[in-house]
Amino acid sequence: MNPRRKQRLIAVSGILVLLSGGVGAMLYALNENVDLFYTPSQLIDGLGEDKKKPVVGQRLRIGGMVVKGSVRRDEHSLKVSFDLVDTGPIVTVHYDGILPDLFREGQGIVAQGTLLDATNIQATEVLAKHDENYMPPEVAEAVKGIKHVAPKQTYPAGTP
Amino acid sequence: MWGDMFKWLDPYAKPQVLFDTLLWWQRWLMPLAIVVLLLGTIWGLGFTPADYQQGDSYRIIHVHVPAAIWSMGVYAWMAIAAFIALVWQVKTAQWAIGAMAPIGAVYTLIALFTGAAWGKPMWGTWWVWDARLTSELILLFLFLGVMALQNAFADRQTGDKAASVLAVVGVVNLPIIHYSVEWWNTLHQGATITKFAKPSMDPSMLWPLLICILGFALLFGAFTCLRLRTAILQHEAHRPWVRHYVQEQHNAAV
Repeated sequence: MNPRRKQRLIAVSGILVLLSGGVGAMLYALNENVDLFYTPSQLIDGLGEDKKKPVVGQRLRIGGMVVKGSVRRDEHSLKVSFDLVDTGPIVTVHYDGILPDLFREGQGIVAQGTLLDATNIQATEVLAKHDENYMPPEVAEAVKGIKHVAPKQTYPAGTP
Repeated sequence: MWGDMFKWLDPYAKPQVLFDTLLWWQRWLMPLAIVVLLLGTIWGLGFTPADYQQGDSYRIIHVHVPAAIWSMGVYAWMAIAAFIALVWQVKTAQWAIGAMAPIGAVYTLIALFTGAAWGKPMWGTWWVWDARLTSELILLFLFLGVMALQNAFADRQTGDKAASVLAVVGVVNLPIIHYSVEWWNTLHQGATITKFAKPSMDPSMLWPLLICILGFALLFGAFTCLRLRTAILQHEAHRPWVRHYVQEQHNAAV
């Protein structure tokens, strides 16, 4: 390889290595800011090394699994509240609106809203998170023991 | 040592040799891509079972995932061409950057658009600024930036060089896109097939998806051959062999 090409090879590779290092360091420093949401444990125990906790009234997103049996609906309005969990601590989300189709107990969701107190959030938007597993209903039933129920059938009797 | 290893590639730096080779590849790749894509999409969209959670909505995966995977794949190939263009200063490699960038941009657009159309009914939103969606949007801007830079200078050489540098530097974004769903918490779910584990997808849905991924790859190859041949003709228009070729084509058409 002639010397000029070698020089260019070293220069281009050098730029790439330095830049990767720089971007890597930057993303590492920004790490917590890139996260889309707090998990319930991050909300309660604090985030990062200095255990920074969000303050009451702060707008934030919270993401976790909907605790089974925790969904409480208001009979006369769209108001609903449910508990979120990840590895232990539980946070309650209050919401007034229509939940996405994929919203189910035991399913992951991400809610955006304001912090009311240490463990309560008033949400303005609730998004459903789904996992990376895809399978037909029969397989899901056999593998996971999940009986697929179309959302229509889950309404209590008497509602249109 | 390096020179000998890649000696077999040397003839292809010659535009005329590359032009004929590309024609041969294009003739195979184009029909193959069409057949494979038709098979994959018809099977995937029409004849796979519905998902246990998402019902029929998940079927868009057969377009979304291949487009997303190859938006990154096209970028990687473009960056390799840019690297060769910078270090070895091969003309045809410089033209290859311009040939591949618009294909990658369209693949990225398809991935973003189908992702939004999938996100609305499933997540409940068209767009969210999470790490995966944002880094894929940056990939689109990188493609557009490479295209713009290459044509932004009166002096073609400066444009080629600037576009090559941007293309090589932008490679940093590829691992960020791939690992974004592992490094940070995102609304986007983790990888289904591009991981060192059994794909988390039932075989009845997986096969058409793999066929679609192959189809997008073949289509990328076919379009690259077509566009690079066009670029060679444009840049070499003053050469006798191009005049001869054009005359031949003209005679055949008349």
